[in-house]
Amino acid sequence: MTRALFTHLAKDLRIEWRSKEAVNSMLFFALLVVVLFSLAFDPRGAFSRDIAGGVLCVATMFASVSALNQAWAREIRHQVLDAQRMAPTPGADMFLAKVLANFLFVTIVQIVLAPVFVVMYNLHILGEAWKLLLVLPLGTWALVANGTFFAALSIRSRNRELLLPLILFPIFIPALLAMVQATGAILTGDSDPTLWIKMLLGYDIVFTTASLLLFDVVLHAE
Amino acid sequence: MNAIASEAGSTTLCARLDQVSKLFGSFAALKQVSLSLEPGRCYVLLGENGAGKSTLLRILAGLLRPSHGTVRVFGVSEPQQVRARIGYMSHAPMLYDELTAQENLRYFRSLYPGRACLTPAEALRQVGLDPDLNRLLGQYSQGMRQRASLARVLLSAPELLLLDEPFSNMDVESARQMVELLAGFRRGDRTIVLTTHQRSLAAPIADFVITLHAGRVASFEPGSPAIGGSESRGRWGDEPGSPSTDPGRGGSEQRRTTP
Repeated sequence: MTRALFTHLAKDLRIEWRSKEAVNSMLFFALLVVVLFSLAFDPRGAFSRDIAGGVLCVATMFASVSALNQAWAREIRHQVLDAQRMAPTPGADMFLAKVLANFLFVTIVQIVLAPVFVVMYNLHILGEAWKLLLVLPLGTWALVANGTFFAALSIRSRNRELLLPLILFPIFIPALLAMVQATGAILTGDSDPTLWIKMLLGYDIVFTTASLLLFDVVLHAE
Repeated sequence: MNAIASEAGSTTLCARLDQVSKLFGSFAALKQVSLSLEPGRCYVLLGENGAGKSTLLRILAGLLRPSHGTVRVFGVSEPQQVRARIGYMSHAPMLYDELTAQENLRYFRSLYPGRACLTPAEALRQVGLDPDLNRLLGQYSQGMRQRASLARVLLSAPELLLLDEPFSNMDVESARQMVELLAGFRRGDRTIVLTTHQRSLAAPIADFVITLHAGRVASFEPGSPAIGGSESRGRWGDEPGSPSTDPGRGGSEQRRTTP
């Protein structure tokens, strides 16, 4: 980690603090998904615990796509990315800063969403609730690390809004599965989520490492 | 005239393009362009839209790779390796609308660790902007953005300055002041390559005028720089008519013209 990482991160946070584009769009979209699902399925008791993990993950996933696209669109808008490419700092710093910023934005949305979620789905957690503090960050990291990488890959495409979910969602399936299963296990208390948490951790390590190694190629692609 | 090289003599070349072509799909933006750029000179690229001026600058900046041919900048065949020594200014401001000019420059300055950069305030003053102006860049006029963009380029004190249409969106007086600034910048073996449609504006500092046509070098002519001597202060905001802004000043310095 170098100083440039913190420079990029501070810049991203400052811009988001002023514009609030990413957090606002994600928050409203995620709230909408949660409310719509609660109306569609009328979740109560055991049924709500069965589907809650999936609804939370899918809501986060769909909501984060818009923020992930915006994160790079901002760099492209006035060709700022070209100025960054000219700077003698590693692209990996910029990538990691973007992942950290997006992780923070999605986490904020999840924190706001959590009480709404508990109320709307009438949730009573039967398992070890503290393990959600492992599952949600690990799942969110998997989403934003991949999402940030593939958003950078698709940013020069005319159909980037469509392209990102088409690339991201299939690759995110293993992490989504682990996240949903682990969350479900914690909410219902029926099984041990440890295996799924380990899977999420492994997924995060592999994909973050691969993205860091490949990001310079993506950044300097024509 | 596809292959024209200025005589390097004993000087070390700043950049050299050898038979460079650039294809975008089946469209050839550049066709077998050969050029040698000497340090301390100002090269003005002319040509109609689509002639390949911006592509040539982006190749020199290392933002594009040539499809054919070789590029050497500061003796290195991969311009990316010497990117800290190159300053590139595009049509777009290459700055964030959501930050002030100071914040933008502070951000970019910290991306050049270990390089003797100007302070953001110095760079802004050089281009005639108020460093204390606490206004987001998105609220700047086009001309002010252009100045802020130039300040970003000057910040890292690059040895090769690549300017893509620096006078666009500028009134005549501001453009004249920018020419003054660039004349001052050229001192100390710093090289400028700029593209423009306004030949008359760049004429006072042009050592060479290169005209591109349909991706080829159509002509390579010596210019007649009227300013750019060591006495030129190159600061914005000089009073019109003051010694430093007098176009006649420094005009006696005639540079070697090749080929």
